[in-house]
Order: sequence, then structure tokens, then C-alpha cells
Amino acid sequence: MIFDLIISVFLVIAGIFGLVGSYGLVKLPDLMTRLHAPTKASTLGVGGALLASMGLALKQGSLSWHELLITLFLFLTAPITCNFIAKAWIARNADPAILPPTGTHRTWATLDLTEEPIEPVLTPPGKPGRPS
Amino acid sequence: MIDYALAFAFLCFGIGALLCMWRVTFSPTLPDRILALDTLVVNMIAIIVLFGMYHGSALYFEAAMLFAMTGFVSSVAYAKFLLRGDIIE
Repeated sequence: MIFDLIISVFLVIAGIFGLVGSYGLVKLPDLMTRLHAPTKASTLGVGGALLASMGLALKQGSLSWHELLITLFLFLTAPITCNFIAKAWIARNADPAILPPTGTHRTWATLDLTEEPIEPVLTPPGKPGRPS
Repeated sequence: MIDYALAFAFLCFGIGALLCMWRVTFSPTLPDRILALDTLVVNMIAIIVLFGMYHGSALYFEAAMLFAMTGFVSSVAYAKFLLRGDIIE
């Protein structure tokens, strides 16, 4: 009975968090604000669903570690994906005037390991192509 | 009680997947679409896990794990392609 209660609470929390994450994706106005909703709320929602699944397996008498593996993988990969999407947005769509200065001769979206000044090579927004 | 909670979670994640599809269809920029596809993958993982709970089978966790891996790799590859014009340099 107490297991049922815990599993149900986890499922309801997971559903609410997942719905909030996806609703924020539609509702928020800008990509940089929109990145917050899926990377935090949706990941937490999936984590709750996986915890509920683990509780159900524990209730049936077997402890399985697959759910922890999936949870760990999702919690590790969500920030990396978020970072890559933000860099792609900066490289393509961001106005360089609103960004703070980087202190180097490159923009925020490219890695700069060189010391000498290099002219930044940027593709204009809305025109995709190879930047080299 | 678990059945009702499971139905509620199915409903929430299903509506979430529909909202992601709306964002994939109507979005101002390309990185928005990548983000929406990534969120769609996350919602689908949750639905697969809930489906495995509904059927009481442990087979679906392998599918969820594989889906998480391919979703992560495809999102990063797409973003990298937009960023550099190439995936592996």
C-alpha cells in the first residue's frame, strides 16, 4: 500500500514536470529562455517516471539498475545538448551587439586557442553555409 | 491507484509530445527545431518507460536506453552541423 502511494506520487510529479517542460517550450518567447524548460523540467519529469518504474520493480521483488542507467545518461547528456544548441543559436541568429565582449577576436560560439588576432569568419544570419 | 496515476502520466507526456510537435512545425529558427526534437525524444523515452510499467515487462528499458543514446547523438550532430557546417572535422 505504501509502495503504491509512493509510486503514484512519483508518477504524478513526473507527469506534471514533463507537461510543464513541454508547455514552456511553446510558451516562452526566445530560444535562450526556451532552453530552460526542456533541459530542467522535462529531464526531471523523466527522472521521476524512471524512479516510479524502479519502485514498481522493487515492489514486484526484483531490483533493476537499468532505470538508474537511463536517468544518469539523461542527466549527463541534457546539459551538453543544451550547450550545443545555444552555441548554434549564437553562431547563426544572435545579434553580436547584445552579447558581452569575449576578450578575444572570436565570438562566443567558436573555440579560440590562438593568441594572434584572427579576423572572425561569420556566416550572416539566415544564410547557411560552410564558415570556412 | 497506480493505474490512475499511470493514465495521468501518459496523458501529460502525450500532451507534451504534441506541444513539441507543434514547436517543431512552427518555430522561428532552426535551433528551435533541434531543441523541440530533443524534447520530443525525452518525452518519448518517458512514454516508453511508462508503457513498460503498464505491461510489466523489462524489455522496454533496452529500447528506452537505445533511444536516449540515438537521440543525444543525433541532437549533437545536428547542432554541430549548424555550428560548423560539418559534423566531424
